[in-house]
Amino acid sequence: MISNPASQPSETNRFERTKIKEAVIEIVSDSGEGAQKCGQSLGAISAKMGNGVWTVEIIPAEIQPPARSKAGASGIRVRMGSNKITNMGDHADLVVALNEQVLYGRIDQNAYKPGTYLLIENKWATHTEETAIAYKESIEHFKELGYNIFEIPMEKECLKHVSDAKKGKNMWVLGLLCNLYDRDLEIAANQVKYIFRKKDEKIIQSNLELLYAGYEYANDNFPMHFTIPSKLSEEDYVVMNGNEAISLGVMAAGIEVCSMYPITPATSATHAMAETIESAGGIIHQAEDEIAAIGFAVGASYAGKTAVTITSGPGIALKTEFIGLAIMAEIPLVIIDVQRGGPSTGLPTKVEQGDLLAVLYGAPGDAPKVVLAPSTIEECFHFVILARKLAESFRTPVFVLTDANLATGVQPFPRPKIKAEWFPEPLDQSPWKEGVKVYDWDKHTGISKRPIPGQKGGMYTLTGLAHDEDSHVAYDPAINQRAVESRSRKLAALRETLKPPTIHGDEEGDLLLVGWGSTRGAIEEAAERAKEKGAKVSSIHLRFLSPMEPGLKNIFDKFKKVMTVEINYSDTVGNPLITVENRRYSQLAWYLRAQTLTDIDCLSNVYGQPMSPIQILQRLEKELNLTLID
Amino acid sequence: MISFQPDFCEIALPEEGHYSIEDYGSSKARWCSGCGAHTILHSVQKLCEDEQLPPEKTVFVSGIGCSSRFPHYMKTYGFHGLHGRALPVASGVKFRRPDLNVFVITGDGDCCSIGAGHWVHGIRYNMKMVVLLFDNSIYGLTKKQTSPTSPLGTHSNTHPRGSVIPPINPIQSTLGFANVSFVAQTIDWKPAHLNATLKKAFDHPGLAFVRIVQRCPIWMRDTYEPTVKDPNALTLLDHEDGIVLDEKAKSTFRHIEQHDPSNLLKAREMAELVKETTPIGLFYQNKNAVRYDEYGAHNLGISVEERIGAINTLMDRYAI
Repeated sequence: MISNPASQPSETNRFERTKIKEAVIEIVSDSGEGAQKCGQSLGAISAKMGNGVWTVEIIPAEIQPPARSKAGASGIRVRMGSNKITNMGDHADLVVALNEQVLYGRIDQNAYKPGTYLLIENKWATHTEETAIAYKESIEHFKELGYNIFEIPMEKECLKHVSDAKKGKNMWVLGLLCNLYDRDLEIAANQVKYIFRKKDEKIIQSNLELLYAGYEYANDNFPMHFTIPSKLSEEDYVVMNGNEAISLGVMAAGIEVCSMYPITPATSATHAMAETIESAGGIIHQAEDEIAAIGFAVGASYAGKTAVTITSGPGIALKTEFIGLAIMAEIPLVIIDVQRGGPSTGLPTKVEQGDLLAVLYGAPGDAPKVVLAPSTIEECFHFVILARKLAESFRTPVFVLTDANLATGVQPFPRPKIKAEWFPEPLDQSPWKEGVKVYDWDKHTGISKRPIPGQKGGMYTLTGLAHDEDSHVAYDPAINQRAVESRSRKLAALRETLKPPTIHGDEEGDLLLVGWGSTRGAIEEAAERAKEKGAKVSSIHLRFLSPMEPGLKNIFDKFKKVMTVEINYSDTVGNPLITVENRRYSQLAWYLRAQTLTDIDCLSNVYGQPMSPIQILQRLEKELNLTLID
Repeated sequence: MISFQPDFCEIALPEEGHYSIEDYGSSKARWCSGCGAHTILHSVQKLCEDEQLPPEKTVFVSGIGCSSRFPHYMKTYGFHGLHGRALPVASGVKFRRPDLNVFVITGDGDCCSIGAGHWVHGIRYNMKMVVLLFDNSIYGLTKKQTSPTSPLGTHSNTHPRGSVIPPINPIQSTLGFANVSFVAQTIDWKPAHLNATLKKAFDHPGLAFVRIVQRCPIWMRDTYEPTVKDPNALTLLDHEDGIVLDEKAKSTFRHIEQHDPSNLLKAREMAELVKETTPIGLFYQNKNAVRYDEYGAHNLGISVEERIGAINTLMDRYAI
């Protein structure tokens, strides 16, 4: 029995709401104040209402950075709209800040614009003298920046309902935002119940009370109330982030061993599957280091068990020797690299697409690799299944490259229907066919079938040394040439099965944007917006990076200029010492130039942030000499 | 017609699928003449025959170095992988394949230097396998560099004036690792002891770590010759729960010490003996240590329907 159930606010619709197509909202706070929980809930509620949603987490590198500091900004951006949303958008329309200092980190990243609504906790105005001065100075500064400021007694309001406002302020803010953006209160209440499902009823009720109180507060204290029309789909949808999609993909691919070592931002993929994987036939092995993590997976795969290892850039660096062995000895394996900023420890929690060339070429000798890059959350799920199939069919490791933006970005997509055919067949222990060699490289495809321990007559010693078709160590020049050719040919054979990429927009024009990975939404949106202004811009997005999707040269030839858009480093011509001749290109541009002999330019940066459409549009304005931004 | 009663027949006919020692041998071993690895290879093949291990169910995993060529000389499944990484690979092989007999062949550089991190954790995982450390106290394949077990003052190509840091004692180290369950030491030149040790290791329900003191006649002749020739150089650890030798084999030892292999603290003390003599025998055994391969096998055989069901239950959490 619930003694005191929280009651819903009675009046909710006594004002006119402005109909908008979309909104970008941020919640920023010190670490541990629940801003992300608040934003994730807002995203989930909106997705359930049928809105398009994309969320991006703002994560400091430390667990408990100093309070009220620029570097400590922790929070989330939620972009929601009537249509499908594919990226974080440009500037926020509204930001809720639990203190003024954390805003500075976001202001540096150009997150806001004049007119952005700033809803700020006002308790700092009457805090210690020093804090009060800092707060007042900041408010003045924010006014100069043109923000539309609302100073709100959040803590005071929360204390009317709970004794400790630190716990629960986020749910009060959620209630407030639900009102400002016309979110369905019943769905919101269910979301709150879901978040606290493992807590006792008292906690659920007090959070519901805060949700309703925040909602109520927003009735009277703001002049702006919006509504974002939505349409509920007939189809079943799921909403999750890229790492969660990866984790489900790993299980749906029938992976039996998931071997990993903790590393940001990859580890949350393992967390997401940890409770379920053993019921789904797999086990997570947390190894003693990155090298052992892949070694264990390689051993399991050699023994016929489907295996995956999940890591990020620094882990790839450590795993390189085993990757080379897996290619040399032709051991199937799925390697997931959730990229972060590099080199070295770099930017652990930030976005970068900096591992492409390291993954493609990071092994001594010729080590041809299959590399896939999902471009949406949904693809994060399906590409793991695809990767496992390819790994087994082509007897080789397959990379899945995602990044911190996909890992933490949340987006709804049609619920995948898990198919029995995705699961591995029972271990083949039938006797090995007599006379068939261990590496019976097909002349045309380089593909051979492997024996698995337990198969009578298939006994062989796998080796990382140069070997012949019997896996015997062989230093004979002709044998090595043939072996290396055969392994390379598998990539050509896989390429034969690929289709040219779909062009987003017209098949010819002034400029073609080429992207890979998480930048897809921003690129396509920028291209569409530019097109609306009369620019002849199209885009393609590569999902197979090795082997390359076919037909690229033909596509490129129909555009006056081709430019990649990537989140990694490239030199800017005109900077000290940098010329057209010595310029270092961004990674995909470098690779495409070599592959297609096309003079490909690049737009790239290493701000550690997801690419926004406006960043691309600014560059397009320069390239095309057009006004594209309102 | 005289009916033939098989019960009266005393002739043992080879059974279907009986393996002889030749069934385990592959190509001729390419170690140097006089190398201790030859006798170990023979002893391992004999163990396979004695235990009638199906070759297709047996996997030898090695790292890199002289000893790590071992799998190439066995007609079983083999994995000659990376320097120092035999244990992670072998652990991955065994984790979800309880039916496979797994052996790890590693050397002093492989195990105690480049792969030392895996050594600590491989012992801790305690999966059922036999780990043979071929310890010749030198890097042989790369031509005489100091190894982590080279005696202090060893002259090598990296330390021509003698090595300057005391060596690792692999027995003592292993006895210090968490969840250790079997540690033995033997030598390559006393087959009776070697064979008995391998048999004991194979029967152990967990990870059996065996350091084999191995002769390297090319680079370390001066170190091993005195040990091989001097009957005082060895101390036999004797116990009914240890490596049991017959009286004849036992009589070849001048020094015999009683040691109860269930006593871990005493085992560590015994490992210190190495300063004066080479103790051989079973230092420690615990048949009840936690086994990670048992965990690895606990959910084998789940049906595809069950697997899909579990994933869908998780997917429900994300449903909107």
